[in-house]
This record gives sequence, C-alpha cells and structure tokens, in this order.
Amino acid sequence: MSTTRPPIDSPAIRRLTTVLGPGHTFGSVTDKISSIVLTRPTSFGWFVGFAMAFGFTALMTIAIGWLFIKGVGIWGIDIPVGWGFAIVNFVWWIGIGHAGTLISAILFLLNQKWRTSINRFAEAMTLFAVACAGIFPLIHTGRPWMAFYMFPYPSTMGLWPQFRSPLIWDVFAVSTYGTVSLLFWFVGLIPDLATLRDHATTKAKQIIYGMLAMGWRGSVRHWHRYQSAYLLLAGLATPLVLSVHTIVSFDFAIAIVPGWHTTIFPPYFVAGAIYSGFAMVLSIAIPLRKAYGLEDFITLRHLDNMAKVMLATGLIVAYGYFFEFFMSVYSGNKFDVFLVNQRLHGPYSHFYYALILCNILLPQSLWSYKLRHNVPFLFFMSIIVNTGMWLERFVIVVISLTRDFTPSAWGRYQPTFWDWATFTGTIGFFIMLLFLFVRVLPAISIAEMRELVAETSEES
Amino acid sequence: MAQIFHRSTNFISRFSVFSFIFMMGFAVLAVLAAARSPYLTRQNITRQQPIQFSHKHHVGDDGIDCRYCHTSVETSAFAGIPPTKTCMNCHSVLFSNAGYLEPIRESYRTDKSIEWVKIHRLADFVYFNHSIHVNKGVGCSTCHGRVDEMPLVFQANTLLMQWCVECHRNPAPNLRPMDKVYAMDWTPTPDQEELGKKFMKERNIRTTAELTSCSTCHR
Repeated sequence: MSTTRPPIDSPAIRRLTTVLGPGHTFGSVTDKISSIVLTRPTSFGWFVGFAMAFGFTALMTIAIGWLFIKGVGIWGIDIPVGWGFAIVNFVWWIGIGHAGTLISAILFLLNQKWRTSINRFAEAMTLFAVACAGIFPLIHTGRPWMAFYMFPYPSTMGLWPQFRSPLIWDVFAVSTYGTVSLLFWFVGLIPDLATLRDHATTKAKQIIYGMLAMGWRGSVRHWHRYQSAYLLLAGLATPLVLSVHTIVSFDFAIAIVPGWHTTIFPPYFVAGAIYSGFAMVLSIAIPLRKAYGLEDFITLRHLDNMAKVMLATGLIVAYGYFFEFFMSVYSGNKFDVFLVNQRLHGPYSHFYYALILCNILLPQSLWSYKLRHNVPFLFFMSIIVNTGMWLERFVIVVISLTRDFTPSAWGRYQPTFWDWATFTGTIGFFIMLLFLFVRVLPAISIAEMRELVAETSEES
Repeated sequence: MAQIFHRSTNFISRFSVFSFIFMMGFAVLAVLAAARSPYLTRQNITRQQPIQFSHKHHVGDDGIDCRYCHTSVETSAFAGIPPTKTCMNCHSVLFSNAGYLEPIRESYRTDKSIEWVKIHRLADFVYFNHSIHVNKGVGCSTCHGRVDEMPLVFQANTLLMQWCVECHRNPAPNLRPMDKVYAMDWTPTPDQEELGKKFMKERNIRTTAELTSCSTCHR
C-alpha cells in the first residue's frame, strides 16, 4: 500500500465517488423526481423531440404497412443474403436491452448502490428495445399474420413447431425476456406510482396513478412482500442476461456458414450485448440528466462506472474478434481462412475496419480518467460504440452470406430505402417511447433514492 | 385526505384480475374449439344439389359400385364426377319420364354439364391423390363415411390436417384386404393388427417419416 494515497473513505474521495449529490433529503428527492411528471410544464424541447421521433415512428408504420402489402421483396434481401437488415437490427436491439437487465438484476443482487438512480430508465430502455427487436423477426417471416404458428399450441394441423429451429428458441427467449422485464419494471414502479398518486394535482392523475399503484399504502407488510417479490424477480432476470443473447447467437452458431459456426459466439454475443447496452444507457442518461437537471442523481460517478463497464465488455468483445480470427487461421479450414480474407480485403472490408475502429480502437480512450469524466466525450463515445455494435452484426450477417462455399452462388447485398426506413423508424419509435416514459412515469426510482438518502446520511 | 376509491374497488380490482385470466383462457379455448367446429370444417353439413340425387338409393338400395360413376379413382388424383351420359345409361329407360329427372334429360339434350356442389373441399395447397390411397388399400368409407346411408352426401370427417396426419403416422389400422376397398360396411376384424402389418409390408407402404414429410402433401 502506498502511503501517499489518501485513505479510501476520506471526504475528498467520497465527493468524487458519490452516488448522490450532497444535501438531499427524503422530501427533496421526491419533489425533484415527481415534479418532472406532475408539476413542471412540458417544455418546448420535449414537443420538438417528440414530434421528430413520432415522424420516424410514422415512417416505420408506413414501411411495415408497405411490407405487408408487397412482401419482403421490397427489402434488399435476395439469395444468397436472405437475412439482411431484419436480423442485423433484431440482434442489435435485443443486445441493447441487456444492459437494463444487468443493471436492474445483477447489480441489485451484487448490492451495487450506484445502480439505484439509473435502473428505472435502463429497465424502460430494455422494454422498449425488446419491443423494437420483436418487430423484426415478426415482419421478416413473410407472412407475419401466421406468426402464431411459432407458438406451441394444440393446432388443427396435428403438428408442433420445429423445436430444433433457433427461430423457435428465439420466440421463447425473447417472449420470456419481455415478460420478466415488464414484470420487474412494473413491480419496481409500484411504490413510485403510489407516490405520484399522493402528489397528483388533478383528479384524473390521481385515479390513473392510483389504479396503477394497485392499492399500495406503504405498510410494513407491503414493503416486506414487495422486497421479496423484487428479489425473486431479480433472481429470475439474472440468468436471462446470459441466456437470451446466447440463444440469439445460436441463430448463427448452429448454422454451418463460415464465420458463424463457432463456439465462441455465445459468450462474445453476451459481452457485446452488454457493451452496446451500456452505450445506449449512456446515450440516454447524458441528455436526460442535462434536460431535467438531474446531475445530483446521475452523477459523474455513474457515468464513470458505466464507461468502465463499457471498457471491460469492449475488451471481451475484442478478445472474441481476435479468437474468431485466430481459430479461423489456426484451424486451417480453407473456408474459414477465406472468410478472414473477405473481412480484410473483400467488398465489405470497409465495414470491418469501421467496426474495429468503433468497437476496439476508439473505446481504448476510456482508460483515461479525464475522458471518462468528460460528459460530451462520453456521449460521443456511446454513439460510436452503438454504431460499432450495429456494424458488427452487419459484418457477421453480410460478409459470411455473400461469399460462402460455392463461388457460383456468391452475391452482393444492398439495403433499399425500405430497409433504412424500417431501421430508422424503429429508432424513432424507441425514442418516442422514451419521451413518453419520461413524461408520465418517474425516470428515477423515488423509493430507492429515498433509501439511498437514508444510507448516505447514516454514513456521514 | 379523502379516499380516491370507494371500498368496493378492492373487490372489483381483485375480481377483474382473476376474471381476466379466465377470460383470456376462455378466449383461447373458444378459438381452438371454433377451428374444429363444423362451422369452419363443414363436417356433417349437407348441401342442396341441383338434382335430387340420393347416394343412399344408388349405393345402398341398388348396390352400384363406387367406380361405376367415379371412374378414375383407381388411376388418377381425381376420383371423377360422372358425365350426364353415365346417368342416362340407366335413366334413358328407368324413370324416363320422371319430372325430377328433367334436369338430367335437359343436360343430355343441351350438352351442358350439371353443376354439382362440391362437398369435400381440400385447400389449394394440398396435393391429394385418390389412386394411391385406394391402390394401397385405404377404403372409400374410411374417409367418406357410410355413403350408402347418406341420402344427401355430407363430409363425414373434418378434413383437418391433424386428421390426415393421424393416418399418415400410422396407416396400418385403416388398411383393408384389396377386395374390401369399395365395401361400405367394412370394419376391422380382430386380427387387424397383424393384417395391417402384413399389408404394410406387402404393399410397400412408405415409412412414417416419408408419409409425414411436408412435401408428400404440400408440393
């Protein structure tokens, strides 16, 4: 131990590492968070942002409507690339959701106090990302109105779904994930909904929040049951952080296509999911704390921690890239070696270099303490990582499919306007849901922040 | 502070939570039941035909063989609807002045087909072949029921895919001796289990995997 370093719990260190700004009481925390929903007038900026997001949502609706009329031929997919944007976007969105579950479940079980002020909107982000993700496998089936065939119900066909197909595994993984995330989010919201009910300014708000609060009175018995339910749900959600993206990776890994058929896919997909998820949490947290003046609640400590998680998971992803490469070359399998060549020198190699730049090289800047505390830079970095993770899925899908075993079956992939419309449309949809969420529900857990006030005041 | 909700809300909310579960369950059951109901499968529903033709009379009372009218059943996918000439083989002599046979005579005179109403309607995406079934020993009445007891023909079975695959998974119980294929009153004998196995072998009936492969029926 170096003697020049200040002891870990000195006031100087604590001020830097605080998870809650100084001087907050139960009342001030409650007022600050609930006022965003209840009393503050809706700002002009909110309307502008909402209108833009709504415009993109409308674009998505049009794109999907046109798809239902014309069929998947309006997309750039063809043989050999039969998957294209739909699967790229599906994997990207479902990955983004993972950070929310990690923050709310795993960090809860590990008793990490810094999760408190970010878990609520991270969980909301998970739900909205799962909603966006769910759109793609549904609409890529060609006949989405037959999508219920994928559920195992006693059909008049005397058949069950093909349980050996990863598409069916996806159905189970994603629907379980969606359900557990929704329950977890809603159970966490109940005490806050009661707070909103009690602070409501109009009769209508009182009734709506009152119904959603399901008769919460804050009695000791309520809290007791609430805490066991929350703990159980956290336990249920924890394995999902690992299992959902593992199963998504099986979509690729159980196929024999070069570049997909590797055992490293599950762990590296999970790491990538958390990587992009934390990037998205940062992309949301930074504008949110700025717009509503929540710097006391979402402190630099939070941003710093999230940047560190990004750095760590980014390194795991880099490890995955390296071993994908190494095993291809080391195995000597000519198709795998050829794939490596395609990534480095093929027609889509610039996507691969962009991916390496976004996911591996640029994030190394997060080693710097100064840059981790530079908020605009972090925001920039989070966008970079999100872009990089999208590119990763693009590279996996497109480079492997355009040039596989038989040169006569090679082809190219070119997304069309409708591909882009659907993709940007889901981004708009996601942002629109976030705007609505911030406006009608507490973006930060009031109840847990009050607990945090109690704990930090005990310490001081 | 005044209460927002009346006391009764406690009961209403609990009741609605539980009843929601039951209602959802009931809705699912209702859809599943509807898909199997005669309303959608057309099972057991008779339809008005252009002529008062009774299968019961011709098959049951007169004992005319199925193949007399449905001539292509052994050689083609389609069993065949008889031309008016087949009717006239007998009815140029028998009941030649009966009023209710006038449409037949008119059809014969004008050379315009009688438009029979189709009872057994399979979906367009199903490839069904009559000849393979009768030649491997699946009798008419197995699928069409006791036509000799039907004054007006109706669909005796659901024709749902689950009904098809039930037999394709295990055809042996429905295989008859070849001379019983057109018998309306055939019922399995106690030794059907052995006979079925024997027929499976003798007639080179394909494996369950082949019989239930998608492209066997959806080509």
